[in-house]
Amino acid sequence: MTRSPEQIAADCESIYYDLEFKPARDWKAAEPGRKVVGFVPVFCPREVISAAGALAMSIVGAGDWLEVIRGDAYYQSYLCHIPRSIVELAVSNRLDFVDGMLFPSTCDVIRNLSGMWQMLKPGSFVRYVDVPQNYEPEIGGRFWEGELRILAAEIGKLTGVAVTDDSLRESIRIWNENRAAVDEMYLLRRDRPDLAPTSEVYVVLRAGNVMDPASHTKLIREYIATARTSKRAAVDSSRVVIVGAFCEQPPLALIKTIERSGCFIVDDDFLLVSRWYTAPVAETGDPFKALANAFVKHTIPTAVMYSPKTGRGGALIERVKTARAEGVIFAAPSFCTPALLDQPMLVDGLEKAGIPYTAFKYAENTGQFQPIREQTGTFADTMKLWSAV
Amino acid sequence: MTRTDVLKDDSQQRQKDLIGGYFTRLANAPKTGHKTVATFVPGNLTELISCFDAIPILPEINALQSGMRKLSGNYITEAERQGHSEDVCTYVKCDIGMFEGGNIGPTGEALPKPDLLLLSYTGCFTFMKWFELLREKYGTPSVMLHVPYQGQGEVTPEMRKYVVEQLERVVIPALEHTTGRKFDIDLLREKLAWSSKAEDDLVKVWESAKHRPSPIDGYFGGVYYIGPIFTAFRGTQEGAEYYALLRSEIEQRIREGRGPVTPEGEMKEEKFRLVVEGPPNWTHFRDFWKMFTDEGAVVVASTYTKVGGLYDRGFRHDPKDPLGTLADYCMGCYTNHSLPNRVDLISKYIEEYSADGFLINSVKSCASFSAGQLMILREVEKRTGRTGAFIESDLVDPRYFSAANIKNRIESYLQMLEQKRSSVAGAAR
Ligand code: SF4
Ligand code: SF4
Repeated sequence: MTRSPEQIAADCESIYYDLEFKPARDWKAAEPGRKVVGFVPVFCPREVISAAGALAMSIVGAGDWLEVIRGDAYYQSYLCHIPRSIVELAVSNRLDFVDGMLFPSTCDVIRNLSGMWQMLKPGSFVRYVDVPQNYEPEIGGRFWEGELRILAAEIGKLTGVAVTDDSLRESIRIWNENRAAVDEMYLLRRDRPDLAPTSEVYVVLRAGNVMDPASHTKLIREYIATARTSKRAAVDSSRVVIVGAFCEQPPLALIKTIERSGCFIVDDDFLLVSRWYTAPVAETGDPFKALANAFVKHTIPTAVMYSPKTGRGGALIERVKTARAEGVIFAAPSFCTPALLDQPMLVDGLEKAGIPYTAFKYAENTGQFQPIREQTGTFADTMKLWSAV
Repeated sequence: MTRTDVLKDDSQQRQKDLIGGYFTRLANAPKTGHKTVATFVPGNLTELISCFDAIPILPEINALQSGMRKLSGNYITEAERQGHSEDVCTYVKCDIGMFEGGNIGPTGEALPKPDLLLLSYTGCFTFMKWFELLREKYGTPSVMLHVPYQGQGEVTPEMRKYVVEQLERVVIPALEHTTGRKFDIDLLREKLAWSSKAEDDLVKVWESAKHRPSPIDGYFGGVYYIGPIFTAFRGTQEGAEYYALLRSEIEQRIREGRGPVTPEGEMKEEKFRLVVEGPPNWTHFRDFWKMFTDEGAVVVASTYTKVGGLYDRGFRHDPKDPLGTLADYCMGCYTNHSLPNRVDLISKYIEEYSADGFLINSVKSCASFSAGQLMILREVEKRTGRTGAFIESDLVDPRYFSAANIKNRIESYLQMLEQKRSSVAGAAR
């Protein structure tokens, strides 16, 4: 039976709200000996995990539907919310089926969380993943290639499935397909946000956090096919790009609020790992080299990666133009150092280019949306007014 | 001892002269033709920079100096007015505000714009954004030295090779390009030998706090001791001479059984020995210090004084392996260590320095230090059996220093230590 886009989105929404991570648990239970390797935002070499036969599970916090009780005891009030909800998930045993954890070098909070995890779960598989901030293939590329080889050997030991060149190439192919499907869904939303609104696209994308990549690709393709041909009432909204929400995720209700206030979100940086490379990873040749090369050459511009040249706003202006957006909404988690330190540079670029913007902060457990609705609503109206002049 | 007596200490005068001289040299750089290279304290490559006859600019030092001179509040407000978030590190905002206000340094002279931003990316994410922001502002080129974090608690050969390669192929060429000078590895070796000598003496100074009474305060007093080695004087003869002098003065204090010098004079009775984790507050530095001295509490070891190098754990700059040693140095700074390593270090300090307790000053600005400190508190308590204290403040934002609260916390903590001590003594009788 074919599902409507609304049905697909509703099913994905239940995955979104499921803090027992049933799809991942089911995947693990389907065959004896299967392992799950979790990772936190914003990046993870998922190809390596899959090549070792494990499920790469993206853990992005617990949103606004888990009361953080013990997690708060680990963090001061002036730090962002995501680490405390991840800790809450861990100490409430919701992640007890996860066999290993990777912590990328996103920021100091995530970095230090890797050490906390080592103390919280002594003896478990915990790895800090330092990605290169030098983009010379012969320097940063080579370092990253070496790190990937070490990681592959370690995860292979954990799963009992050694990563071979062939298995890694196959994994690269599967993840390339997944990224291609994600890109296609993003393109559909860019061109027809009335048919594929972000509140749906987001949950479809997010379902991939707990699914194997091939099944997720199938799900995205199903959504694209049905959304493309769906009949929906035309809406007149302003086209905006969301920036700053790459790690701690805004609650779904916040995304819906922005849409209801009169905005089509036509580009964003949610769940960045799912669109990390701007070009497919090479599927032939040495697969470790291919991944390293992709990282140093085709990483999507983001606040957590060093930008070697002046003009931080340039990439954002490009995105705004490509998405035919009328303005930018800076939506950053409170106390998010990467997003909030990046913002003035991006604002500077936008101001020079005459692109309107508005900014607010949120937490994954934000419950009050009225002020944001008013702010983005006014912003949408202003943009319409400007474009009418 | 009076405040005037304190100033008579030879090493203190020498320290003041060195730092003052450094700022004057920096201010005069446009006239003298010296190039200036901005970099950060953790992982600073002072010896390398000075091989090119360039002068380092340490923006954190500028920020903390502004904090001590009560200027940081206005600088921060100015940066926030320009759109910088209230949620980010106040060092960055202080620096940006200072720039907007004419970049006046502590000696009252304007400091030059750097010719190169050497982004020694060690132990703190903010560094990266900070220099990106400055690059946008100054239009100065930046060069990245990515220093891998000791996430698994160790330095691997791959990490070391990566840093050395960047030094050889990215950093040195950038310095050559900026200064127009060729790199001279033998000159670097000479400078590293001076570093190592100064480091030997500095370690003796730290370790002097194992004596009772401790002749130094390893945190409040310690930040003065690290001044030269964290700024422009590592790798110099003057720097080495300063540390030799400091060491001899401290050794003299040990022989005389004297306590540390504080702004209120010499501490007469050492009642509590503490270890402190986290940076101090700079806007109320003296008031903060006084809260400890009033109670007879001396800090025998601190982690903040190790952000520019953990020399007391054995590291020395090694002239025999000039670039390898710089890589090891960068990777070994305190905030580049994993949390379990930090717990381990604090616990060892408590044991080795016979501390009665430990205190964490958690600063709002600094996720690098602060994220995980509540867990550090519990782990160290578990490991050592000592109860810790936890206070919150900020580095250079005066709005986040609540003197009454902090004083209260410190007093009740010390009372608690006192009670514990009496009950142990009572039980032993
Ligand atoms: S929300 Fe920002 S500060 Fe918090 S963990 Fe994520 S990237 Fe780091
Ligand atoms: S975040 Fe901490 S380590 Fe980084 S610049 Fe600020 S005070 Fe220094």
